[in-house]
Amino acid sequence: MLDFIAGHANYWLFIVLMMTGLYIVVAKGNLVKKIVGLNIFQTAVFMLYISSAKVAGGTAPIFPTDSKGYIKTDGIDQIIYSNPLPHVLILTAIVVGVATTALGLALTVRIREEFGTIEEENLVEIEQSLTRADNKAHGEAMGGMA
Amino acid sequence: MEISFPVFIETSINIILFAMLVATAFAITRIDRLFAVVMLSGVFSMLSALLFVTLDAVDVAITEAAVGAGVSTVLMLSTIALTERSEQKSHRPELIPLLVCFVTGAALIYGTLDFPNFGDPSAPAHAHVGGDYLVRSIKEIDVPNVVTSILASYRGFDTLGEVAVVFTAGIGVLMLISGLGRRRSDEDAALVEETIENQGIEEDA
Repeated sequence: MLDFIAGHANYWLFIVLMMTGLYIVVAKGNLVKKIVGLNIFQTAVFMLYISSAKVAGGTAPIFPTDSKGYIKTDGIDQIIYSNPLPHVLILTAIVVGVATTALGLALTVRIREEFGTIEEENLVEIEQSLTRADNKAHGEAMGGMA
Repeated sequence: MEISFPVFIETSINIILFAMLVATAFAITRIDRLFAVVMLSGVFSMLSALLFVTLDAVDVAITEAAVGAGVSTVLMLSTIALTERSEQKSHRPELIPLLVCFVTGAALIYGTLDFPNFGDPSAPAHAHVGGDYLVRSIKEIDVPNVVTSILASYRGFDTLGEVAVVFTAGIGVLMLISGLGRRRSDEDAALVEETIENQGIEEDA
């Protein structure tokens, strides 16, 4: 039982971080802060994924080299290496994550330019008043609300 | 239970890093000055890079430190320079988001119960191609860093797809914010014109 808890506590801590990120995304109205929350969530997922690559007693998957830079093949069987495949996948994911962050921030700048605010509550108000004005102007002709 | 000295050191480093990560994340939820929030998010990335080093993922740590703590922070700083410096107090109820987080977290923790123990060498993740890459990389690629040989050779198409994604995102960002200065100067010109016109009317009157 103690073994099970010690072996799984790191996953649970990553999930705590993940949920903190999710809370920021859901509960906070500021668009920049939402993107920060998204980044926290994302980094927590990366850490969860990378922790599945760890082998107890292992080291980074880089072979020892001699002074000329050639790989030393003698005694290489005795070294334990962690699994390199999840590392590669997460390297790709980090770069893609920055691309999405940049896109989200560009959208934020554009929204601010168009509506003068980046607070979700104000944006909803503006949207509602725009819809109301639209309904007033065209509602009757379209057979909807006047 | 006898605990060896290296294991003790590693465990205490992990615990300290985790505590700092959680404290940073909680501070981000509480603070409403966006500059502080952005700086703390950089701190969070840096701490996670340190944690990646303890998890043997040194390449990921370098990327996270450069890209997560560097580029992201710069992008966010330029965004808050173009938009707002502080967050408005929200008037929405806070209970529902908390409930959503607790339910999701509980479901995820239920999901981890099937996971193998941390560091288990017989975990399914190590059973297939991972070990194969380690064995074949010396003969086939001859690069000391196995992560490099997988990234650039065995899974080169993944990296090509990544480049396509970054390219698309770059085009998207350019299309969204290009002409920002032009539109602003147009607005300014319109404002100047309007003022001149108004003055003209006043002079006529």
